[in-house]
Amino acid sequence: MTHLIIKNGFVYDPLNGINGEKMDIFTSNGRIVEKVAEKEAKVIDASGMIVMPGGVDIHCHIAGAEVNSGRLLRPEDHVKDVEVKTRLTRSGVGYSIPSTFTTGYRYSRMGYTTIMNPSMPPLEARHTHEELDDTPMLDKASYPLLGDWWFVLEHLRDGLLEECAAHVAWIMNATKGYAIKIVNPGGLEAWSSGRNMRDIDDSVPYFNITPREIIRGLCKVNKLLNLPHTIHVHTNNLGKPGNYVTALETMKCVEDLAEGDRPVIHVTHSQFSSYKGSDWRTMSSGAEEVAKYVNHHSHVTLDVGQVIFTDTTTMTADGPFQHRLYLMTGNKWVNHDVETETTAGIVPFRYRRKSAVHATQWSIGLELALLIKDPWKICMTTDHPNGGPFTAYPSIIAWFMSQVARKKTMMKISKRARRNSLLPSIDREYSFYEIATITRAGQAKILGLKQKGHLGVGADADIAIYDVNPEQVDPSRKYKTVRRAFRKAAYTIKGGEVVVKDGQIVKPVYGKTFWLDVKTSLPMEVNDDLKQKFRDYWTIEYENYAIPERFLHASAPISIKAEV
Amino acid sequence: MLQLLYRLRRRFKKIVITLHPKRLFDIPVDAECINPDMFAEKSADEIASLKVWEGNRQRTLEDLFKIKNETVSSSEELTIRVRGDVSKVRRIGAKMSMGNIIVEGDAGMHLGEEMKGGVITVTGNADSWTGARMKNGTIEIKGDAGDYIGASYRGSTQGMSGGKIIIHGDAGYEVGCFMRKGFIKVCGNVGQFAGIHMRNGTILVQGNSEGRAGAQMVNGKIVVCGYLPSVIPTFTIDVIRPKVKVNGEEVEGPFYQFIGDLADRGDGKLFVSKTKNPHLSMFEEYL
Repeated sequence: MTHLIIKNGFVYDPLNGINGEKMDIFTSNGRIVEKVAEKEAKVIDASGMIVMPGGVDIHCHIAGAEVNSGRLLRPEDHVKDVEVKTRLTRSGVGYSIPSTFTTGYRYSRMGYTTIMNPSMPPLEARHTHEELDDTPMLDKASYPLLGDWWFVLEHLRDGLLEECAAHVAWIMNATKGYAIKIVNPGGLEAWSSGRNMRDIDDSVPYFNITPREIIRGLCKVNKLLNLPHTIHVHTNNLGKPGNYVTALETMKCVEDLAEGDRPVIHVTHSQFSSYKGSDWRTMSSGAEEVAKYVNHHSHVTLDVGQVIFTDTTTMTADGPFQHRLYLMTGNKWVNHDVETETTAGIVPFRYRRKSAVHATQWSIGLELALLIKDPWKICMTTDHPNGGPFTAYPSIIAWFMSQVARKKTMMKISKRARRNSLLPSIDREYSFYEIATITRAGQAKILGLKQKGHLGVGADADIAIYDVNPEQVDPSRKYKTVRRAFRKAAYTIKGGEVVVKDGQIVKPVYGKTFWLDVKTSLPMEVNDDLKQKFRDYWTIEYENYAIPERFLHASAPISIKAEV
Repeated sequence: MLQLLYRLRRRFKKIVITLHPKRLFDIPVDAECINPDMFAEKSADEIASLKVWEGNRQRTLEDLFKIKNETVSSSEELTIRVRGDVSKVRRIGAKMSMGNIIVEGDAGMHLGEEMKGGVITVTGNADSWTGARMKNGTIEIKGDAGDYIGASYRGSTQGMSGGKIIIHGDAGYEVGCFMRKGFIKVCGNVGQFAGIHMRNGTILVQGNSEGRAGAQMVNGKIVVCGYLPSVIPTFTIDVIRPKVKVNGEEVEGPFYQFIGDLADRGDGKLFVSKTKNPHLSMFEEYL
């Protein structure tokens, strides 16, 4: 029976339309309530501070076989950033791919409480969930990679949409997944034969299906199953100059599937898909075109995938993209083919200020965030660790909120990138309300997480309090104060308990794992044909493939009634 | 004149701090603090209370060493003399930027790691990772050295980027791994993979090499004056040179000059003595 009162804070709760009002928040037994008696409750004095819902991250690679290979690949990344064991916390290492416990602590210190691990090869689901269970302080979920899954490709080729939907429902159950993740649709399957997709109408070898058909098919499946999140798409031709055309095509191809204002597609780390030009020498920003499209259409949401100038590790399921990166850098490289499901690649990478390409990438991320007018359509991410580690979020907030901060970084970047950047012409500065939208409320809304991202009655008591007074601090000039405040939350409250105080962990807690328990009227049992295929193609038998619910440390199934 | 006298006085006004291990260490001691930068401008008590790790226990320098301070303090020309067997003591002189360290005996691993200046002399043997990631300064080993001399950290591509390492005895495997600049001289023999991943700099081996010298080198110079069992197939012969210039000195040859490692589009130069390697004469027909 724990009650908590957060008094006199400036509350920013965009989902309930509260913009910096001075008010009290009451929590009881892990939920936000109307009121609790003051004498029974612990009181937190938040006067002069900002109170926001706990942070939500829609896209960050923090667990799984791929992340762990990245850790093994980079001892030199860990040696420079070591966290010592304390009375409450475990020891660990950073920097770009922190160990599981350190990941949890670091997110929590920044006021984050919910994170989504976006790429889980279904075969590696067990490993992913084991690591997620070891990531404390956070609620989490994971998206299985389905864009190149053989049965999905076969079903969609044969036009068996409902069977495909039933199969996807089974996968969500079997892998304890949360959303449909599509990475370079078709391209990964083609990569197994050394090829890639040129555009969304290229044909996948052997399957004779196009990326367009995969995206549209899975988008329809997503609707049939009533999944809370849309399809989560990493576009074809990612990280190639001129790929903004592909990104636009990808968004356009599901335009007719939208009903009302509800989005049907989420284009992730869109910064990496917004390049103009024909090669790296002529590469420039396509942010304006992408932003223009998004401003005029309501069926699409994005996340930024902002680049930070630092030494990081890139890891995606996009094998061909990582191979290109490897050829470009000559750095060490991991390439992996996950049987019939997907591929993966890892390459360490350093983003340099003085490189025209890297500085343009940095600029594109900010341009996207600033040119897209509706903050509900865009989420702040770095595609951790691809654009930079998540610990850089406070710096990004500073760039979003302050033109001065942007100008200051602009002075240090490559001259060519500075000349071509649109940033000097943009005078938009985010307010705290908009920051609360792009870092938590909008993300929770896009994810369809009803309990998260807001402070209304009934929501989970996940709250972040930052020590910055919006009445006294002008974020556009005092961006350093804001950055400092967001780096170390004054309080992070997880499930109604104070877990972080003044940027220090005061109580380690375990979070829940969300997964979709999709109820279909079609039988979800897998037929004998599929079982035989498991025997033929996989290294794991069908019987051992699915993860039982008891395997999760704290399972939190979300029941969904499907239309099939 | 006065200034000269003053300078001379300072020159001779050395302070020597001598450390004697109180016992034979049987588990590793991590003593990054044995370093002129750390000792400078500290009183005897302060030096005695510097922290070191013995295994997983933190101790003070005084717990492990007998400390003798011989002259008055001045931040320049500080010399630390370590007398006795410190082959279990790691990271002596790590990150030092000035002064001298003289180890009279054997030194442990990571000697002079990331050092930026000054001189380290070891009269006995040194262990692996000597001079790893060093930026400047000089390390002289009178005996043998272990593996990874002047190398990078595991997984990193930033090896030694300046300075000089002179080994009078033999050295182990992967001498100068990911070396970027500087000079390594081995008077004895080296193990396999001398100059692996080398980006630049010079390695002079006066003795024999166990083979695979210069694997994946991109640039730089490796000179093997003794026997080399074979040259890696991704190297190509360029020319025969009567002598090679190494660090300002000329080494008499003649030498076969190979270019590689072509597998990494490298342009490194591998010089191998002609007289000591008659089995390499088959390359001459490709000249």
